[in-house]
Amino acid sequence: MRRTTIGRSVAALSALAMLAACSTDESLDEPATESAAEGADEGAEEGEGSDDGAEAGSDDEWFDQSEYDEQDEQRSATFEGDPEQPYLQYIDGEMTDTSEFASDGAKKVCFSNASIDNPWRQTGWITMNQQLQVLQDDGVISEMETRDAQADDNTQIADIDYFISEGNCDAFVISPNSTAALTPAVERACDTGLPVVVFDRGVETDCPTTFIHPIGGYAWGIDTAEFLVENLEEGDKVVALRILPGVDVLEHRWAAAERIFEENGIEAVDFFTGADPTEIKNFISDELATGEIQGVWMDAGDGAVAAIEAFEDAGQDYPVMTGEDEMSFLRKWDDTGLTGLAPVYSNFQWRTPLLAVEQIFAGEEVPTEWVLPQVPITEDERADFLEANDGMPDGHYAKFGGEDLPGYPDVWQERVIP
Amino acid sequence: MTTADATTTRGATLPMSEGGTAARLGRTLRTPGGAVFVLVAVLLVGVVAANPSFGEPGSLIRFIGRTAPIAIAAMGQYFVIVSGEFDLSMGSVVTMQVVIAGNFIGQDESRILPVMLLMLVLGALVGVVNGLATTMLKVPSFIVTLGTMLALSGLVLYLTGGAATGNPVDSFRQIGRGGIEGVPVLDVIPYPAIILLVLAVAAVWLMRRPFGRTLVAVGDNPQAVHLSGSATWWLKTRAFVLSSLAATVAGIILVGYAGVHPSVGQGYEFTAITAVVVGGVVLGGGRGWVLSAAAGAFALELLFTLLNFVGVASTWRDTVQGVIIIVAVAIGARAWQGGRRRRNTEPTTPGAEPRHTGSAPTTPPDPGTT
Repeated sequence: MRRTTIGRSVAALSALAMLAACSTDESLDEPATESAAEGADEGAEEGEGSDDGAEAGSDDEWFDQSEYDEQDEQRSATFEGDPEQPYLQYIDGEMTDTSEFASDGAKKVCFSNASIDNPWRQTGWITMNQQLQVLQDDGVISEMETRDAQADDNTQIADIDYFISEGNCDAFVISPNSTAALTPAVERACDTGLPVVVFDRGVETDCPTTFIHPIGGYAWGIDTAEFLVENLEEGDKVVALRILPGVDVLEHRWAAAERIFEENGIEAVDFFTGADPTEIKNFISDELATGEIQGVWMDAGDGAVAAIEAFEDAGQDYPVMTGEDEMSFLRKWDDTGLTGLAPVYSNFQWRTPLLAVEQIFAGEEVPTEWVLPQVPITEDERADFLEANDGMPDGHYAKFGGEDLPGYPDVWQERVIP
Repeated sequence: MTTADATTTRGATLPMSEGGTAARLGRTLRTPGGAVFVLVAVLLVGVVAANPSFGEPGSLIRFIGRTAPIAIAAMGQYFVIVSGEFDLSMGSVVTMQVVIAGNFIGQDESRILPVMLLMLVLGALVGVVNGLATTMLKVPSFIVTLGTMLALSGLVLYLTGGAATGNPVDSFRQIGRGGIEGVPVLDVIPYPAIILLVLAVAAVWLMRRPFGRTLVAVGDNPQAVHLSGSATWWLKTRAFVLSSLAATVAGIILVGYAGVHPSVGQGYEFTAITAVVVGGVVLGGGRGWVLSAAAGAFALELLFTLLNFVGVASTWRDTVQGVIIIVAVAIGARAWQGGRRRRNTEPTTPGAEPRHTGSAPTTPPDPGTT
């Protein structure tokens, strides 16, 4: 009888251990949400850090002064190209000679995608498919074979290896799920001698023909934190809502912002929400119960509406707030009239890889590191973006950059995921 | 005190019913099902100490309102666990209902009632499938509900593509967000708190009906219940239906409280199971009180709130939570052992299967088991 009870408690405990394990896994899986989504990382150097989850909490781990300074400068850099086509703009720098790839005829592109499991990636994916249509009509691309790794490194490595051995590809486009894990696979793709275009998050190798990304996480952190500092007073309290730890781009955003808050005497409390609106609301309610909150900082805009609603439910004044250029936030910002800023992690970058492929096969040189503009939306510009994106769903991103593509606006409004 | 009342109905000859109300209450609090209420009180004191303004009636009632969905889910999970099964599909049901509300109600108020009806029907349907597959096909419920969980998350993924679509009309969201305004002292009574109260009363009533008593018996000794002529498949299926319906109600509240997002409801099954276990309900069935499960949910939420207030670094939060939960349950498990060891002296049927001897029908039930 004794044994039975012990057996039962062992069962109970192991079940709980399993529960604990499961919930941890969940948060680890979640990065895909925004991490993969957002990840422009200049982070090759930071890559080693990203493996070291245990110390992910310390800011120094994620703070690289030279990267920070570089991105700070890039915020005001001059971009080459037509501002009407931001997805083709770049900062002047080293160029890759692609004359060896110059050839006629429609080419097959193989696209290894990290995932489409968040609104940012979905919007970009729709835009990319419309861009593909244009290039197919122009006879540049014959077809694009896509494999979606569903936010799994191993799946993506297998996808890339499949493309290398059996894909019959003329060019690779890769949006890596994580930096360190995907590096060897990207190197293998480079070894085929075919053009390799990497975009969004980076890898720890400079072998790709071009690496396309917006300025980066530090720039986001600087833009947002400086905005809050300007609109708040010393001693004010800011709640920082973060998706999850250990993802370099998100960590860079926070590392930059936290530093600026500290320097300016703003009290900042950070919290990991997993983008779950329930968590966001609970946390803000708790913080509001302990005292007033003057500012809200987010490392990604998903869930911004829930954060604002928490203030409404508690009957408190709206905070000064930074979200993202997601329509749900722009609309709520407009409705409430709060003081806010919508930082942008340029969604139009999803057009660039296929346009880069076009340039590569035309033998035109492309930037080795293709840094795209990354400009926040201010209150003055908000009305224009709301009008331009009227009728778009809440999960749509204002700077999606596909207004001149076929199917606009229906394809984005109906939001049928290809 | 309902536990105390419950024990008196069993007749004065039972040892557990001896002594005055205070003595019985004291004994009840020493069982895991009773101890969770002490835990809630301790945590509440801790939270208020960390942040006195939390103790104001207005703050407390808001806290009850926001804990309501998880407490309701825990009570639903309780029915399944006490009958000896698991319902892992709960979180997926919550997410599915949240997404359905977002997609089908949209901004059209006239659709609220039909869609809510649809949600309840779908919830019941999931429960029926879980129940029948477990009882008729004899597939362990752990596997069945894991399957339903995956199937439903796939459906959600298909419906949403994995991202939020947009919130349903505000009047529908009032169920989870609004409340009765202008109440003296409390300021506002959130609707979720009222829903929780109604469902808790209903659950207690249900557990004191023949259905509830047989359900606990099924978890304890399914064979005995079967031999006594009850249809165990129907009992367990109803438990699964109750669990899915509880998840549906939690979903309706959460759409209001939080809004539509595919992450709403994720991990709810684990939180609910943890709440049930913290509430002293034995995994494997046969022991535990339904209100203890709800109290377990409050204990968990208070714990999370306490961690927020004392400012545990965000990177450490999960670890601290995990350790505290394991410790709480380990203490709970020891308490049950203590309770059972005392009765070792009582005659048990020789030759009976070990699993069943401890709780054979001759043994008086602990207070707080129904």
